[in-house]
Amino acid sequence: MQAVLASKAVNYSDAVDYRYIAKRAIGAGLVTLVLASLLVGIEAVSTNFGLEINTRYRAVFCASIGVAIVYFLSQLMHAGRPTPAVVGGLLMLVAFAILEWAYLQGLPLGDQLPFAAQVVNWAAALVPLSLVLRGAYIIYTQKAKGIVRTASQREAGFAVFYLKHNKLLGTLLIVFAIALPFMPFANRRLIDVATLVVTYIMLGWGLNIVVGLAGLLDLGYVAFYAVGAYTYAMLSTDVGLSFWFALPIAGAMSASFGLLLGFPVLRLRGDYLAIVTLGFGEMIRVILTNWWWFTGGPNGINNISRPSFFGLPFERDARPGVETFAQFFGLDYSPNQRVFFLYFLILAFALVTNFFTLRIRRLPIGRAWEALREDETACRALGINPRNTKLTAFAIGAMFAGMAGSFFAARQGFVSPESFVFLESAVILAIVVLGGLGTQIGVVLAAAVLIGMPEFFRQLQDYRMLAFGIGMVLIMIWRPGGILSHRDPTIFLNRGRAKT
Amino acid sequence: MALFIQQLINGISLGAIYGLVAIGYTMVYGIIGMINFAHGDIYMIGAFIALIGFLLMGAFGITWIPLALALVLLIAVVFTAVYGWTVERIAYRPLRNSTRLAPLISAIGMSIMLENYVQLIQGARTKPQSNLIAGGFALMEQGGFVVQVRYLQIVIVVLTTLIMAGFTLLITRTPLGRAQRATEQDKKMASLLGVNVDRTISLTFVLGAGLAAIAGMMVLLYYGQIDFYIGFVAGIKAFTAAVLGGIGSLPGAMLGGLLIGMIEVMWSGYFSVDYKDVAAFAILVMVLIFRPTGLLGRPDLEKV
Repeated sequence: MQAVLASKAVNYSDAVDYRYIAKRAIGAGLVTLVLASLLVGIEAVSTNFGLEINTRYRAVFCASIGVAIVYFLSQLMHAGRPTPAVVGGLLMLVAFAILEWAYLQGLPLGDQLPFAAQVVNWAAALVPLSLVLRGAYIIYTQKAKGIVRTASQREAGFAVFYLKHNKLLGTLLIVFAIALPFMPFANRRLIDVATLVVTYIMLGWGLNIVVGLAGLLDLGYVAFYAVGAYTYAMLSTDVGLSFWFALPIAGAMSASFGLLLGFPVLRLRGDYLAIVTLGFGEMIRVILTNWWWFTGGPNGINNISRPSFFGLPFERDARPGVETFAQFFGLDYSPNQRVFFLYFLILAFALVTNFFTLRIRRLPIGRAWEALREDETACRALGINPRNTKLTAFAIGAMFAGMAGSFFAARQGFVSPESFVFLESAVILAIVVLGGLGTQIGVVLAAAVLIGMPEFFRQLQDYRMLAFGIGMVLIMIWRPGGILSHRDPTIFLNRGRAKT
Repeated sequence: MALFIQQLINGISLGAIYGLVAIGYTMVYGIIGMINFAHGDIYMIGAFIALIGFLLMGAFGITWIPLALALVLLIAVVFTAVYGWTVERIAYRPLRNSTRLAPLISAIGMSIMLENYVQLIQGARTKPQSNLIAGGFALMEQGGFVVQVRYLQIVIVVLTTLIMAGFTLLITRTPLGRAQRATEQDKKMASLLGVNVDRTISLTFVLGAGLAAIAGMMVLLYYGQIDFYIGFVAGIKAFTAAVLGGIGSLPGAMLGGLLIGMIEVMWSGYFSVDYKDVAAFAILVMVLIFRPTGLLGRPDLEKV
């Protein structure tokens, strides 16, 4: 391990092979040119008479040259010559600033900006910016210590810090989460976003049981979310059950769907399991869409009743004989009360999920999950029943998804199959993996980054999902083990020798 | 009977397209053991490049259809192959030695990115494409039901057969194919014996993307319209096909593709169009339960 780390560290005394780097930079530029030449360069515009061609070659050439230059500079930087990167990056930023200023002033020079969409121009400007910052950091550390920590060392430092202050960090986050609605800057929009983030945190924690602890790759987790949501929606509209009665039923329903799916497929190997769960997720969605007389079809189910506070509804004017929340506590009615209540509700659910996971990791069943993840054959030899153990993980994970689903239905007041597409499963899995498999706080961080950030960048509109995809790839490359990567078994036989 | 034969013909042409995409999945899975989630979107990009290629042919005045088809095929394969190469280089190669899940997430991110990239640069509206190989002939008639064979279907089946034959030769007879099979069996050993593993893996992606581009062009002509979203569903079905046939096996991928195409068409013809995707997955689950390695897959040896 030490040898690997040492070989990864950059040796700054080496001479730099400029020709090699230049060749590769030109290659990168050419590849960009080829990639962009047809798809970006030529737009097939749909008109009433068929398709017409619209060319955009300035963007293509700017992108190709930009990629070549940035690649050249960054390779120089990694070879221990950060100064050109800083200077070049600054020059590019200045050029961008001048053009952008001209654009904002309405000068003709402003038309020379490389891309038609302003968002893309700004995003492109981030690249030289990061080049400058990284270069400056390298210069600074070279001056200060003469050595630069490698990525894996930094990662280790991060994980060690997290492990040391695990409890404290967790407590601080919980206190912050509880205090959030009472902060001076809290408004309805912020709490709405926070509610969404916490929903995904709960889903992430639920999936973490399946993927992180038991090591079962589930690509159809959203199916259980959908089952929970539809169970509550139907119980509420058809039977008239209240949220609190429907919640355990929804959880049980999802868990039994987990068992139903789990029985036949859990003896499959990892990736086969992944594709079958993916298929199952799609099947549930197709059934929800097409079984219209039962599920409402593509239109979904409307008028789902909202959860109440121990029987006190959050409404302006209560039905006769029913006291509202505001009346009972002698408050003025405000729509924020329900928003805040929903936030605390999902926060409580999420914390229960978290607490449950933390506790069950210490129980024999939790240990069996982790053991199964590490080595199934050994587990079988030691008398653990792999199928039953996996089934419990699957069912418990599904149960939490179902509860989150009924919360989702209750919050929205309506459900439709559109909310349960594969992308949702992918996002939840991404939260678990990006956070660092098996870590609880990592899920929180990843959910905040993946769900919270795009919500605050709504003005990016169409570019939001593009940025989301790029972000997923970049985070994975930057930290392949997740933001908080550490994957230690909960118990060690021998502290000194456990890390191999 | 006539209906059955008609569905059989349709199923074979659709299955050929799925099979070509499935080969990309199965090769990548065989060689680096990852589900290349972005492969469906590579296929979609292939279809879009073919669409733009046809537009260019129109703009340059190349009206002789065989020439136009050949040129567009070439353009689509080359440009899509570069996409395949780039995706591997950017999103998968840095993660070669990390956990099993890291490249999967990266691939899902890549898939989301490519889908939205095409949506943004080419617009979300469905793009129409006139069928260049129009027409067909009546194969037989029974009780007023005429079994039609479209010329396009013949072209698809013949082209797929030719490509499969060439591809099988490439994998079994050339040094390139040998390197590919060696890397698939044991990366470390192959590299010790002088196989450039990184280049071989890149090449696998390039070949897979090329085949996906051919499938993309076929589907463009077959359905006459595409949008940025076709990659997802086709990708899932093609992966299902690869698993059905036994992942890692090339003939298996083709067989799986044909079966999935057939199941889909038969189900739509005899039962309900709405549930055709459910049928494909249900059969997949059945196969995996009773034959977990797929139809033509070799069983894994479990190491202790």
